[in-house]
Parts: sequence; structure tokens; C-alpha cells
Amino acid sequence: MGMKPSPYATKIPYEEKDNKVVGGRPNPADRSDAIDKVTGRARYAADYNLPGQLIGKVLRSPHAHAIVKSIDTSEAEKLPGVKAVVTRDDFPDMEVEHAASGELMVNFRDVTRNMMAREKALYDGHPVAAVAALSESIAKEAMKLIKVDYEVLPHVIDVRDAMKDDAPLLHEELFTKGAGIEPDPSKKSNIATRMESKLGDIEEGFKQADFIVEHESNTKAAHQGYIEPQASVANFTEGGTIEVYTGTQGHHVFRAQIAKLLKMDISKIKVVPAELGGGFGGKNNVYLEPLAAQLSRKANRPVKMVMTRDEVFRATGPTSGTNCKVRMGCTRDGRITAAQAELNYQAGAFPGSSLPLASITVFTRYDLENVLVVGHDVVCNRPKVAAYRAPGAPMIAFAVETAIDDLARQCGMDPIDFRLKNAAKQGTQTHFGPPLGQIGYMETLEAAKASPHMNEPLGPNQGRGIASGFWFTIGNDTSATINISEDGTASLIFGTVDVTGGMRSAFAMIVAEELGIPFEKVRTQVGDTSALGFNFMTAGSRGTAAGSMAVVKATRDAIHRACEIAARKWEVETDQVVWENGHARPASANVGDFEPLSLAQLCKEATWFGGTIAGHAEINVAMGGPGFGTHLVDVDVDRQTGLVKVLRYSIFQDAGKAVYPAFIEGQFQGGAVQGIGMALNEEYIYSDKGTMENPGFLDYRVPVASDVPMINTHIVEVPNPDHPYGVRGIGEVPIIPPLAAISNAIHDAVGVRLLDHPMSPPKVLKAIDEAAPAQAAE
Amino acid sequence: MTKHHIQTTLNGDEIDVLVEPAQSLLDVLRDELHMTGTKEGCATGDCGACSVTIDGNLVCSCLVLGVEVGGRNIETIEGMANGDQLHPLQDKFIEHVALQCGICTPGLLIAAKHLLEENPDPTEEEVRYGLAGNLCRCTGYQKVVEAVLDAAQVMQK
Repeated sequence: MGMKPSPYATKIPYEEKDNKVVGGRPNPADRSDAIDKVTGRARYAADYNLPGQLIGKVLRSPHAHAIVKSIDTSEAEKLPGVKAVVTRDDFPDMEVEHAASGELMVNFRDVTRNMMAREKALYDGHPVAAVAALSESIAKEAMKLIKVDYEVLPHVIDVRDAMKDDAPLLHEELFTKGAGIEPDPSKKSNIATRMESKLGDIEEGFKQADFIVEHESNTKAAHQGYIEPQASVANFTEGGTIEVYTGTQGHHVFRAQIAKLLKMDISKIKVVPAELGGGFGGKNNVYLEPLAAQLSRKANRPVKMVMTRDEVFRATGPTSGTNCKVRMGCTRDGRITAAQAELNYQAGAFPGSSLPLASITVFTRYDLENVLVVGHDVVCNRPKVAAYRAPGAPMIAFAVETAIDDLARQCGMDPIDFRLKNAAKQGTQTHFGPPLGQIGYMETLEAAKASPHMNEPLGPNQGRGIASGFWFTIGNDTSATINISEDGTASLIFGTVDVTGGMRSAFAMIVAEELGIPFEKVRTQVGDTSALGFNFMTAGSRGTAAGSMAVVKATRDAIHRACEIAARKWEVETDQVVWENGHARPASANVGDFEPLSLAQLCKEATWFGGTIAGHAEINVAMGGPGFGTHLVDVDVDRQTGLVKVLRYSIFQDAGKAVYPAFIEGQFQGGAVQGIGMALNEEYIYSDKGTMENPGFLDYRVPVASDVPMINTHIVEVPNPDHPYGVRGIGEVPIIPPLAAISNAIHDAVGVRLLDHPMSPPKVLKAIDEAAPAQAAE
Repeated sequence: MTKHHIQTTLNGDEIDVLVEPAQSLLDVLRDELHMTGTKEGCATGDCGACSVTIDGNLVCSCLVLGVEVGGRNIETIEGMANGDQLHPLQDKFIEHVALQCGICTPGLLIAAKHLLEENPDPTEEEVRYGLAGNLCRCTGYQKVVEAVLDAAQVMQK
């Protein structure tokens, strides 16, 4: 984000045609990953074991904020079975240098401090030392022998508190930078950045308004909650090379970061991406990898490290907690005239929250003339935030989409009609940059309006809510290689980590479509860093959308090679041969009368006519094809307990063209349930000492099967004009609307407006009780 | 630390293993026996990723000590298929695309198999409550529930 689009970035125009495989439902048993996952054979990072490996553990700060005065590891090193101990002294310090890591940027000065505290421990769970030993029990014993002398400092947890002038400062060298700010060297601050973007004249917009709504929302940090804790196995050899087996959303990015942090050549490192047990943005960052590598270097043995769930909660993720203020105005007939927002986002211990992304999404569903968006990126004594599915967007949508609901009510308009009246469409100017291209937002609203869900009856204390979301589809570096085996079957290697199996399946479908061979004749796998050129992460909803561009190009490259072999055999020019229905054929009758040749037949001839059939692509895919979605939810509110039960849920989202619809449904449902969990249950809770009080799944409660109903999905298809199969990114939009949709449904049910997250029973009950005298008086 | 010699039955095979007194059954399965199909999500009994059965009882293997399982009959995901014949639940999970990342899948399958043994014809609500001890962060549960309901129909025939 934020980078100028390259004129060399790849776009391929949408090709409208009748597909045989794409968009259908191939036998899922032929998914490259499915059998391994149901039989326990799939290998996740924690399932890798290397001969002679040691077990590594991390000693973490018990304090939210403390100077690390000294670390004495001598006793631990003497314990029999301990093979290596590392602290801050074992890693080079880093200069300020930024790099993209998923949707967020990282600064290596901070990355090295986050993986291992240097001057200070900045949050409960911040690593201060790591040990490698013969067994986990010895490593744990050794950690007790490490003496860390802390000078405990005052801490700050809440974003509003951290912004105050008298707040404890996390970083001595931090001065606010950004829009409209001249850094004042006398004024240190926890506000790392101020951002501002605008369109039109906001004051003029409010003058034109007949109704104005102001909302202030507060959200707590929420964790990605992947079920697989971080795990890595590193093997640093005497020859100075490293192999790392790890759970990552981007092995090439991890490789570059490990190289930087350990001051090594990138090519000396191989990162093998294990099957990934969920990431959702939380596995875009290195935590264990450099520690395991450095322990391995010191011990001259492979080192395996696996986090506990407690460590996952205290030291990885989460998303930003936020404070958002939204002010919107509209005319009596429902036209929005002004939209203003202030976004205050926790970054955690180091600058770099999801603010830049959230700032883009704020109002980007609506066609607006006057917009002002101001944001602050604020450090506080929490783990450094990581991307979490549409990073930053659900929280600001919570404030905006509830304000939209209240504006619609003031105008006496249906909330869908109000949105339709203001909906963004092709050509709508955004407040952050380019106008929107061909999009399908209105289509999602129309689909919601026409859905049977709208006619479902509601009982007492039940209500219906609607909300919408927008997320972009990033492109970036993407690589793929396809090798046609001697029997005419295809083996595709690609570089974008496939978390769900959806990419492996979708790419196999596209290869089958392009080559004209059956789905089950295509084997797809993610290649490690030695197999392909640099490939960006699984982030920004880019996986299938960007990945398939490289797959199409690589496959067409192989087809060109196949046609070349046919041309040589027929003694014609390559451009006189076409590929149709899995066969090379003469382009026209003038070329000659030749029997079409199948891929298998061509493979038999390949050696004589020049060599194996293969194709590859290394491209920078252009950003494009944003996604829009609209959610409908019905809730039941228990006035006695404040419990909100989700009764019915429907999702309408533009997927561009669906490659494998069942996987898209799964993304819609899974994203929405994460949003429901965030809306109703999930929150980081801190003690007055700044330590996390609920670092486990018992107290940090993600939704279970009995918490949610069946979720209807409606795939809207407005093709992405810059993709040969019309694909848009779809993975992130579904988590954006639920918070706002549920708040709107609660309002519809019991007439109270919840803007404090999570909307857990005590908060809902309090709101109902506070409103009771007012409602009784009405 | 003195290790204890345990003899037990795992997926029908008689096995011997040396275990530390504090090692959970989960750690014994994964680290000593290299049966890594059973997953660790929390090690506190909250996520169900490590579900196995002991003498037909569904347990979180992270909450059972390795030294407790001598002479028992343990079933894990590795024993669910019959040779190359997948269990109907495994088939239906694949057919319904009930797995995405797959880390919770072994535990969910073990729990679902146990559920259908206790209640061969469950309602949707019974499936949801029966699987409420198994967290899945990817699917939103819908396709999992559909797969279990479909498998129940097939298994009754």
C-alpha cells in the first residue's frame, strides 16, 4: 500500500468464455491437500523433527514495561543438557529500515527488538532470552536459572490513555510524524504518526446536512486465534547455510527478514513453508525463526521451537484496539453530504498499526463529495499488533456502518435503500487516491434486498441489522512453475502459501481449464524458497487472485512450448499451431492436414523436438479488483441477561468470478464467524499491572459450533476486468460487517445503540438498563 | 528424570514406550511415538485439537498423563481409515469442504465419530453441541456440521 503502481505490473483482461472446469465443482477428493488433512498425514511446522534436534524455549518478561538492566545466563548455561542460550547480545542491532510484510510495514530496528528485547521489555510476554536444551523439561529448568534484573516502569495499555500528554513514554526517541505535523524535538509522544486524507470541503458538507450523527466507538484488541501455535525448526549448518521449517504466510518474506536480522546472504537460507494451521494475518511476522536459527548456530544442532497458547496470546498478534469518532451528515432525502472520522489505533509496543489500511476503508462504500479522515498510530504496552483479516477495517466499520444506520432512521429510509442511494460505483472518487473501477457493491445490496432473509418474521426482542464492507485486492510479486510430466500430467509449483487448500484446488482447476486435461491430472504444491523466485505473502486477499495470474501465464508458457513441439514435428511455424481442448491443432486448413496431438503424445516427442514441456512466470501483479460485501443478521436479545444470540445470518459478496464456489462459501462463513466472535465475545483483558488476564481459549472465548447458526451465502459475480478469469480477492471482506451489523440488529431489537466492543452480556444489559427509564417515558 | 515403561494399545497395535512422569498423552503420542496427526492447540483442554478416545471415551489427550494409559485402548486419527478405505466421516468432510487449514480436522473427526457412536441420528443442534468442545477458526462450522449430518445418514444405511 502507499506505493505508486508500477507501469510494468501485470494485468490480463477478463476473457468471457464458457469454462468446463473453472466455476464448477471438481471431485474434492482430488484436492492436493484433502486426504492428508483428514488422515493426520499433513505436516504442520510442529510435526517436523530433524535428527539430533534440540528443544528451544523463550523466557519472557513478566512486566508490561521495564528496563532490562542485566541478564545473567551463566547458571542456565551450566545446567547439564543445556546447549545454547541467546539474549539481545547475540543479535546485531538494526538501523531504521522499512519493508513490506504482508499488508503492514515493518521496521527492522523494531523487528529485532520485538523478537528479543534490547533496552526495555515493552509488554507482558516480550522475549528476553531463549534456551536450547536436550529436552523441553531441561529447557524449562534452565529458564528458571536465568537472572534478569528489571527496573519496572509505569505502563500504559489503553489507546486514549497512551495519547495523553502525561502518559508513560514507551520510546525515548519517538516524536509524532505525519500530516500537518512538524516534529517538535521537545515533545516526545506515544503517537507515532498522524495521518490525514480528505476530499472536498468537510465544513461545507456539514452546512448542507439536515441530519448529523456522531458516533464514538471503542474496540478491544482481538486475536487472530489460529488453532496452530507458532512453530519453527531451524538447522544452521557448519557451512553457514540455514534451513528453516516454519508456519508462515510468506516464506520468501521470512527468508529475507531472517537474513537481515542475522546479517546473512538471502540465498544462504532456505525456508520451507509447512502446512499452515491458520494465520489470518497473524503469521506474517517472524517471532521464533531468528531465535531458533541463532540457537542452532550456537549449539551446532537443529533447534525446534513451539509456542504455547499462552505465548501466542501474550506475544503474537493481535489486532489493534481502537477508539474511533465518526461524524456524518445527510440531507432530508438521504444523500450523504459530509463524512468525517478520527481513527485512534493501538500499534502495540512498536509503531505500525493497521491505521493506513483502515484509513482507506473508512467510507469506501459510498460515493461522497466531502470527506475528512484523520488517524493516529499509537504505541502502548501491548504486543506489537499484527495484521488480522482486513486489518483495521471491522473496527472503523463498526462506527461508520452504525452511523449510516442512524442516518437512515432519521431520514425515515430503509437502511438498504439509504445505502443504495449513496453507494459507490464505477468512477466513484475515493478519498485516498484513485477512482474505483468496475465493482459490485450495489449488486450486493440488491441481492440482500431481494433475499428471502428479508421476509423472515421477527419476534419480540428480536431485530435485524445490515452492514457492508470493502477491502482491496493487492497484487505484488508472484511466481509459478508448471512442469508437464512425461505422461502428460501436470505438476504446478507456486509460491503463495495456501492456508486452506483453496488455492491448490483453484489453481488446479485453472491449469486443467487452460491445458484441457482433467482436474485430477493436475498436482499442485507450494514450493519452498529454493524452488521459485521471490513471491510475496498470502495477504491482502491476493492469494487466489494474484496467484492465478502467474498460474495462467506459466501454463500459457507451457502451452506455447507444446505448440512449438507440434510445429517442429509438422514442420510449420509455431504461430500456425493452436491449443484447443487439450490438443495442438493446425491453426487453419491452410497449415496442413495433421492429426491433433494431445499433451501426452507431445511429451513423448519432446526429447527429440527440443526438450521437456514446462512453463514459468515471475510477475508483479497489479493491484486491483476490490471486493464489497453486505451482511444481514437477525439477533435475539435477552433483556434479563443481555445475551445476544445470532438467529439468522446471510452474506452477499462480490467474488468477481468464482473459481471454486464451495471454498468461497467457506471463506464467507469463516470470516463472518470470526466477526461474530469479535462482536460478541473476544477481547484482550489486562490487569492493573498491565499483564494479560485471559491468555487462553477458556477465557478468550472464540465462537464454538453451538454459538452460531447456519450462514446463507450468496456469491455475487461482477468480474474483475483486469483478471483473465475475473477473480477478485474475497478472504477479508467477510470479517468487516459483523460488528456493525450486530450492533444495528441489537438496536432494531431493543432500541439501544452499542458502540462499546465486545457486545457482551454485561454491556448489553447495562445499555438496556440505562435506556429503560427513557424508553418507559416515551 | 526416571522414565516409566508403558505398554498399551494404539490403533490396534500393542506398543511399548518410555514416558516422563509429567508428559501428557499428547506429548507421548507426538514426541515419543511420532504420531503427529493429533494436534496441540492449547494444551489446556479448551480447543479439542488433541481429541482421542481411550477405551471408547472421548478425551483431550493434553489432559491425560502418559503414565495413565498403560493397558488401555487408544484410538487416534491415524487409526480412523480402514486401510485405504476412508471412514465415511473423512469422506464427507472432504466432500463438503469441511476443512480449510485442517489443523482442527483430526480432533473434529475423532469427536464426530464418537458423537455418532453415541447418537447415530443427531439433529443439527445436537451436532453443534456435540462438537462444541472443538474449536475451528476457519470454517465457521457450517460445512463441518453439514458433513457430520450427511455422514450420519450414510452410516445408518
